[in-house]
Formats: sequence, structure tokens, C-alpha cells
Amino acid sequence: MNAEAAPLWPVATKPSNPHDSAHLHVAGLARYADDEPEPADMLHLAFGFSSEARARITAIDLSEVRAFPGVVAVYTAADIPGENNVGPIAHDDRVLADAEVISHGQPVFLVAATTRLAARKAARLGKVTYEPLPPMVTVDQARAENSRIEADQRMAQGDAAAALATAPHRLAGTLRIGAQDHFYLEGQIGLARPGEDGQIHIVSSSQHPSEVQHLVAHLLNKPSADVTVEVRRMGGAFGGKESQAALFAAAAALVTHHTGRPAKFRCDRDDDMIVTGKRHDFEVAYEAGHDDEGRLLAVKLRFSARCGATMDLSPGINDRTMFHADNCYFLPDVEILSERLKTNTVSATAFRGFGGPQGMLAIERVCDHVAARLGLDPLAVRARNLYGRGRDVTPYGMPVEDNIAPQLIARLRETSDYDARRSAIAAFNATNPVLKKGIALTPVKFGISFTTTHLNQAGALVHVYADGSIQVNHGGTEMGQGLYIKVAQIVADAFGVPVGQVRITATRTDKVPNTSATAASSGADLNGMAAHNAAMAIRDRMAAFLAGAYGCAPDEVRFARGEVVVGGETIAFGDAARRAHLGRISLSSTGFYATPDIAYDRPSHKGRPFYYFAYGAAVSEVVVDTLTGEHKVLAVDILHDVGRSLNPAIDRGQIEGGFVQGQGWLTTEVVEWDAKGRLLNHSPATYKIPTASDRPKRLRIDLWDGENLKPTIHRSKAVGEPPLMLANSVFCAISAAIAATTPDKADLPPLDAPATPEAVLRAIAGHRAA
Amino acid sequence: MAVRFVLDGQVVEIAEPDPTGTVLDYLRGALRRTGTKEGCAEGDCGACTVLVGEAAGECVAWRAVNACILFLPMIHGKALMTVESLAQGGELNPLQACMAGNGASQCGFCTPGFVMSLHGRAIGALGSELPVADVIAGNLCRCTGYGPIVEAGEKVACLAQDDSATLAALRALGADGASGTFGDRLWFAPRSSDELAAVLAEYPQARIVAGATDVGLWVTKGLRDLDTLVFIGDVADLKAIEESDAGVRLGAGVRYAEAHPALSRLHPDLGELVRRIGGLQVRNSATVCGNIANGSPIGDGPPALIALGAELTLRGLEGRRTIALEDYFLNYGKQDRRAGEFVESAFVPRPDAATRVHISKLSRRFDSDITAVLGAFALTVDQGTIVAARVAFGGMAATPRRAPACEAALIGQPFEETTIASAAAALGEDFAPLTDVRGSAAYRIEAARALLWRLWHREQGVPVSVLEIAG
Repeated sequence: MNAEAAPLWPVATKPSNPHDSAHLHVAGLARYADDEPEPADMLHLAFGFSSEARARITAIDLSEVRAFPGVVAVYTAADIPGENNVGPIAHDDRVLADAEVISHGQPVFLVAATTRLAARKAARLGKVTYEPLPPMVTVDQARAENSRIEADQRMAQGDAAAALATAPHRLAGTLRIGAQDHFYLEGQIGLARPGEDGQIHIVSSSQHPSEVQHLVAHLLNKPSADVTVEVRRMGGAFGGKESQAALFAAAAALVTHHTGRPAKFRCDRDDDMIVTGKRHDFEVAYEAGHDDEGRLLAVKLRFSARCGATMDLSPGINDRTMFHADNCYFLPDVEILSERLKTNTVSATAFRGFGGPQGMLAIERVCDHVAARLGLDPLAVRARNLYGRGRDVTPYGMPVEDNIAPQLIARLRETSDYDARRSAIAAFNATNPVLKKGIALTPVKFGISFTTTHLNQAGALVHVYADGSIQVNHGGTEMGQGLYIKVAQIVADAFGVPVGQVRITATRTDKVPNTSATAASSGADLNGMAAHNAAMAIRDRMAAFLAGAYGCAPDEVRFARGEVVVGGETIAFGDAARRAHLGRISLSSTGFYATPDIAYDRPSHKGRPFYYFAYGAAVSEVVVDTLTGEHKVLAVDILHDVGRSLNPAIDRGQIEGGFVQGQGWLTTEVVEWDAKGRLLNHSPATYKIPTASDRPKRLRIDLWDGENLKPTIHRSKAVGEPPLMLANSVFCAISAAIAATTPDKADLPPLDAPATPEAVLRAIAGHRAA
Repeated sequence: MAVRFVLDGQVVEIAEPDPTGTVLDYLRGALRRTGTKEGCAEGDCGACTVLVGEAAGECVAWRAVNACILFLPMIHGKALMTVESLAQGGELNPLQACMAGNGASQCGFCTPGFVMSLHGRAIGALGSELPVADVIAGNLCRCTGYGPIVEAGEKVACLAQDDSATLAALRALGADGASGTFGDRLWFAPRSSDELAAVLAEYPQARIVAGATDVGLWVTKGLRDLDTLVFIGDVADLKAIEESDAGVRLGAGVRYAEAHPALSRLHPDLGELVRRIGGLQVRNSATVCGNIANGSPIGDGPPALIALGAELTLRGLEGRRTIALEDYFLNYGKQDRRAGEFVESAFVPRPDAATRVHISKLSRRFDSDITAVLGAFALTVDQGTIVAARVAFGGMAATPRRAPACEAALIGQPFEETTIASAAAALGEDFAPLTDVRGSAAYRIEAARALLWRLWHREQGVPVSVLEIAG
């Protein structure tokens, strides 16, 4: 069965419905937070930012700010009535700095003015006096001061040190992995409006409306019931609006609270890039022992992450780095150490993959290193190390029960013509003195579930109106990933009606409460199932009512093609709804879902954190200019596992978009801080995400034709994050091309990520010199 | 004095425009046309792409530009088309429908900008001869990976558009210039270079703005209040492109996209360089002479034009003078332009058959990126000997400039590897580049030398650019 050839939707709906807002996107009619009509008395906000990365504040003089034309109010930490915090776990993320600043660009004061320009100009006039301290910018500096966001973590299986000592071959290496800015096209924004009796309504571009609600409630000393947060859509998020959106919503809420006026904070792009967190950058050190065939016998990995100035989501992110340091490979004796270093840089945060990509890239480098030492095709080394029978327990003690990596890799190897292309590349490299090609196949195994177990729950609210139209609401947010259309399809399918009959509405905390962030690729798994449960509850009531009216059994009532077949009669779905309403049947229901079968003991790093794994693999072919360090991705073949696809068109979009985003992370996107802790890349002028021409010249995407072994919604699998890591193949291919400059050298070029032209030239020189 | 422009066939009047108010803010604020988005406010992401049109005979000549750094006086007398202009009577136009059906949007925030860039290509706007990927090089999408967008652009490559109402309204508006005051700030949008000269005679310190792709950021990012402004983008007699056997003369108002074909004919490397300057929206605004006049050390045009032996003509209170282009750049932020003077034109000689021209731009990303190192070489080889050499670099010093030691190492020497090696070594005498966000000093000097070797290998017929390699 092919996921596309045998579609899920047998009745009135088509599987590949376009994105529910596609017709609005192209017409400019999709409404984002900044497109909401502005009330005449709306205030616009800007922060005054810290010029220091680490300092005590000794004085703040805001007189010039207050005097600037258009300024209505200026606030500091002292004006916060409740808790001065937007941190998701630890309460260490200040909305406004109080006694000290801990990263450059940290908000120190907040300006509210009648225009955005006035607020921004006035914010530059603040005079803050600092007593600077030497900032800890690098992980080495943080380690020297024993500055950590939490204790080092250790995940181990067997005895890595002993196995290393006895292994026939040993190797060691290091790898630096750069950070990544989300570069959502819609910058951060929050908009607050006053309601009656102290209530407040917030429009936020947030992946986590419930958290924004709770943080604002604590900020203003209000019950959560008085704060409503609404998110119709985000203009991209990628993890960057999981915790980071709260700051702007909180600032707007504070101003509305004090002034009674609507307030909007739309952040400038440069400020956004300076003030909000990024993907963690890492320094990785590894040691591996292996046999003559390249089988890994012992692996020791140390991940040192620059977590930034506050905890944010760093514990979970770094845990996921550890969870994915095995990728698809069985590591019999393994020790994974994770250092979470607290630096005076903006707090690192969630980003698609949530630490997984860094863990996975490290073990791919180990495989490449083993292959280089033995003169083997790296793919042969990878294949020999895959999980398999009797070799199926992860470093965290979870058996891999759904392992399709061997078959998936074998098929991709064949369909991509990997072996012939590898030979052709060797021939090309033998003749061109300047350009070298490289090819690599890397797999992905990504654990699906929030590793914080309690987050794996979702709610939904479904209404059937008496005319047969249906409204759905759920706790998930739409950031472009197609969650809304997937959930609409699920509900339409439950009632057997065309998807156009289902209206999916903005995510609101007053409709579905206590939601988890839309993150961890879990949006459709969790919210889809919750919506399905809600829809089925209503359908069962309708069926029971109609069965009673027609004198048949409820399970003989059929919902299909926009109609209901009952007692030999066919009635329109709308008629069925109207009759049920007249029969005083509730046509509204909540739905709830909690992922079963997961449990994790964090202190020992053992358990079953994931419900299942999503798999994929990619072959990338690149060409590198060994004079200038430039490269081009020539061809990419992807085979990816989405289980039984809920919507193949949407899933393919996630795969392609994720891949290209991962490609950017590993090639052109550079995040650097200077010695004073100032971010150097804070606009698209200096921060380069891929453009259309960076897309591989040939990109082929196939969906794996299997279904989820677990009873997920319609046996689908999550798709948001896993494809990003398919781009590891690009990095490994670039490394292979560099190695071709000295083909006889049995070593791995010292390439760091991202593989910018400069990094490539450095690796070429290092490889030659080694 | 008001700024007046045509929007969907109707004249819109802005009574007292802020001369550094942006078209984007005006659209989103005063007109409540919120389909046009702000992604970066610096012309790098394309989410704010709109089309600007001018009457050209019986047609309207359109070009896609970034509304975020387009000042209001710059659309005086012109037509504007936004994403809301396209869906007539609520029906998506074929391009929009194709994109919607093809998965070309995910979060949708960048989508209106892509729609406008591709719509421009489909109706024959400036630069529409370029492949789709080049037309959207100035549009960033973070979600899709671009495939479905490119497909839609290729599928709907041609659209008919009825511009008659726009044309009639443009003609009714007329071609007069404008000027005005905003508070105590003055602005002028003259239509002839004599008017321009007169304004500059009266206000010699006035800031000259052509495409505003640089000055725009002073406002959107620097939050600067600019004093007297003179917008020269519509000075009719500065818009000439004179192409002859001797070379190409470009008036100060000639935009990069307009000059692109002529410069490509001058030399293909120059054409390829221009293709990689900014995105199309930037090239549709930025002028070749503006790229010179602002004196940036990393402007892409100057090093290439210096190597080709270009000359610059300036006009001032005492008339005209013509100088070698390299002499214009005195030091960082300092150019040989006197008070009241303006760059009138640049002349680029056509290289002769014996001259080998090689121009290479190095940046982290191929498209729409600012240069780390740009090397331009014009070597004249006679019977195996280099008889003349002009070598210029950008990104290597405080100004774009020639490499005299490198040139000396080449001239009079046989065209062979040892000469290249010594010329590459000589670059160490010519330049002591800085480390900045685009590259370290060590990388810059190594890459600059690599470009000499690229030249050498290329002359041997070896493919040297990754862009030449098929998958």
C-alpha cells in the first residue's frame, strides 16, 4: 500500500486538500496579528535594551524618553504588579531587567507611545548606567565559572570506558555545531485589549497560548480566567514562538493593564533577532571504538551546549540531544554526557528538532570518521551499525520496536542509484583539480512525544450546528504546518461530510483550556485525536437518537457522503443535525486525548519517552569549490516515513521545507557573538537563510509506504521536525567532497557546521595538514 | 505639495507626505491594505513586494520593488499594484489559484510578496526575462523550501493584464515633478537634471536619493530624521543607457535591472555579477551610479567597473568633470564629490578581444547576499605575455580599489602558473583586510588569492564554479 495511492479519505473528502488558508494567503487576506484593525487609542511599544551582556544596573534615567513627543508611558520592572517572569520552566526570564542584566539586548524598560516610530525612537534615549562584569560568552568561559542552567546529565548503557579500552580500533574527534535563528517571516508580536472588570484579551503570535495566558495572569496578579489568549495563525514559528512569544504579549498586557488602552508590540526584525533565542550551538567531543568492519563497540559523547542566560526550555532540548545521539544505530556500550552551560548570551530556545539534530549530526560524524579510518563507504558503516534483532535497545533503555530503517535505507540506496553515483563522483573528482563532489546517505530516526510526559495531552471542542455545519476548535496552533486542515479532515471524516463543511476557528484559551505548546511534531497526533474523539462523541449521540427514531441499532446508522443512512432511509447530514437538535440532543462535545504507553525516569535517563519513532533517509550530492570554499547542493533523494499520511501534499511540504531549513542550518546560516556578547548576525543582511536557488537542483521526495504500528490518528505519523535532520546528508556530503582533495588520507576533514565557504576552506587546510 | 499616485486605476493623493514615510507603512496604515507584509524593513526578504508602474508609450512598465524602503515621494506620478489588486471580483487570478492549489504557501506570510514578484514576471515587468528562481531571489520563504513556488511561477509564466484604466489615470496625473515641506524638512522630486542642478545649487548639502535601497535603512533601522532630500529616480535625462562599440554609458538614474542587458553584453561575467546584486526588487530600485556614489567598500559594481576602466562624470556648480572611477573613492566614507555636485553618469569601456575579463563575487549565499570578497580582473595577453592588467577588489579595503602590486606582478610576465603564484603573493602587499561578520581577514586574503587561481584554471578550460556543474 502506498500512502498516496491508497488515501485515507474514502468518502467525501480528498486527502491532499490544500492548506485551509491557501486561498487567503495568496490574496493577502489571511489575517495575522499585525493585520487586526487598530483601535484609535492603541498604543505602540518598544523596549529599551541593555547595551551590556553582564552588568549591574546602577541607575536608570528615563527623563528624555518620557519627554519624547508621542510617549504616553514608560515602565520598568518596578511597574510590574505580579511576577516579573516569562520563563517557561524556571522563573528566571525577566520581562524587564531589575537589578542586573544577563545578556546583551535584554529589555530594561518599556515605552508606550502613540506611534510605533515614536516608541522606537524614544526607546533609544534611555540612559542606563551599568557596572559591567566580564561576560561569559563561550562555553569555555561558562565552564570556568561553573555556570550551568542545571547539573550535567549522563545517559549510559554498559561500560563505555571498558569497551573503549578493549576495542581493536579507537578514534576521537570534535565538532562544533552552530546555532540557528528561526527567521520566521512574521516577527514577534503581541497585542492586548482591555475587557470589562479587569479582563484582558491578547492576540499573540504564539505556539503556546496557554502559557502566555498563565504568564500574563501571574504578571498582572490575575486569575487565568481573566486572561484570554487567541492565535489564529502565525507567520512561521519553528519553535521560536514556543516560549519566546510570551515576552511581547506580556509587555502589551502590562501596558493595557496600566493604561486601560489597547497596546501592540510588533518587534523590529533586528531587535527580534537580538532579543529572542535561537537553536543551541554545541561543542561536541567524541571517542569511539570499533572493529575491522566498522561496527561501533564503544561510544563516548560529550555535548556542551551554550544555553544562554536563562533556563528557558534548555533541559528538555539537551535531553533530546542525548535521546538522538544514537540516531538509527545500536551503541552497545555508550556514555552520553551533556553539559548545559549558562552564558551571557540570549537564552537558546526550541527550534524544530529541539536538540535532536545536534545529537544526530554528532553520531553521523562518528560513522563518517570510522569509515574514513577504514577506507570504507560510510554507508556500509552506517548499515552495519543499524538497530536490528538482538541489537535493539537504545541508550535510554527503550526497545526499538518499529525499526524500518534498514529496509528504508536499502530502498533509497536503490532508487537513488547511490552506488553508481558514488563511482561517477570518484571519476569526476579524479579529473577536476578545482571542484570536488561528494555524496552521502544519512538516515533519521526521531522519537515522537514530548519527553516531558505530562505534556502529551490535548483537548478539542466540536460543535455541530442545526444546519449541519460544523465548527472545530482545538488546542493546537497553526504556524503554516497544515494542522488546521488535517484536523478539519479528521472531523469531516468522522461525520462523513466534505471538509468544506467544517469551519476550523482560531485557537483560544477560552475554548480549550490548559493546552500544551504546539511543538514536538505532536500537533496532529494529539489534537487530531482529541478532535476525533469529540466528533465521535457527537456522532454517537446522533446515531443513538436516529436509531431510536427509526427503530434500528445505533451501529446501523451510517455517516457518509454528506448524508446519514438510517433505517433504510437516506437523509442529508443537515437534516440529521436539525432532527437531533429538535430531539434535544447535545450537538457539542469536548474531546480529550492523552498519549498512552509512555513513561520516563529522568534521574536515571531510562524509560520509554517516545510513543513511536518516525524514520526517513536522504541522499545528497554536492559539489565543492576547493579554491573558494563555495558549494552547491546538486541532487537530493528523500524517502520519508509519515505512516499513513493524513494529507500527502501537506506532508510533502513539511518534508521539503524541513530539509531546506536544515540545509540552511548546516551551510549558510551563521550566528556569532563577539567577545562582549553582542550578536553579530541580526538581520537578513548578515543572516542568510536559503533562497530559491539554494534549493537542490534536483529534489525528489517519496513517502514510505507503511503505516504506524501504533494506533495513532488514522495510523499516521508526525512530520513536523524529522525531515529537518535529513539535511545531515548535505553536511556529510560536503565533508566527503573535502576529503576528496586528499583521497589517500584515512581521516575525516575537520569540518564544523555551518559549512560556510570559510569553514570549508579551513577544513580543507586542516585535512591537508593533518 | 501632495504626492499623487494611481492605485487600481484610481488616483490617491497624500496631502502632506512625510518624505521618509514608507509606502509599506502607508499601505498598511492609511489604506488598510494589510496584504503587503513587513518581514525585515530593509529590503532583504521581499514580503513587502509591490509593483510600481510608469506610462511607457501605450503600456505601463511595471517593476517589483520593496515597499518597506520605498519613500512616498518616489511613487509620485506612478502607479502602484498590491496583492489586493489581483483578485478581481473575489476570484483569484490564475497565478494565485495555481499557488494555492500547489502547496506554495505554508504559513503564508511571505506569500503575497512571492505572488507579486511572480505576477510581475508573468506580465512582463522589468527583469521578467530571468528564470523564476532569479525573479524570486529577493523573496525569502522559511517554510516551503521553494519548490512549489517555483513550479507555480513556471506554470503561470504569462498573464494578460488590462492596464488601460491605469494608463489613463497616469496620463491624467502628468509627468510633473514635486516638492514639499514636512515640518521643517524639505524634499524635491525634480524631473530634469537642470532642475536637479538648481536644487543642489540652492541646497548643496541636500541628500541625493536614487533608489533608496541604502538610504532607506538609515530611516527604518537607523531611525534617522533626514533633512533636505532630493529624489533623482525620475530625472528624465539621467535615465539614458547609451550602448556603443566603445562601451556603455549609464545615466545616474539607470537602475541595475535596466542596465543588466547592456552590461551583460559588455561582458558575461558582468551580467552574472549584476544578477547576483541584491534581489530583483533591489535591482529594480537601486541605480548603478548610486552604488558608486554612496562609496560603500562592499558595493558590487565599483570593483568590476574599475577593472574595466570605467569613468565617472560629475556635474556641479562649475560644470562637469570626468574622473577615473577608482579616483572617486578617497577613503572610507569619503568620496571625491563636492558640495552641490552630483554623479551624472558612468561610462564603462567595452573590453577588446585580447583582454580576458574575470569577475567573481564571493558571499555565503549565492543570491541576494552582500559580498565578502569581489575580485575583478582585466588582463590583456599578447603572444603569451600579459601586457596590461587591471585588478580591483571589493571587501578587501576601506574602499573598492585596485591592487597595484598584484598588477605589477602580472604585467610583462608570461601568462603561466608561476606568474599567477607571484601575483597571488603580491596581494599581501596590496591589502590588509579586516575581519568582520562576512569573513575573517585570513579568509579574505586566501579567497582573493584563490580568485587569481580560479582565473588561471578557467583560462585552461577547467570548470571552476560550482554553478556550472549539473547534478
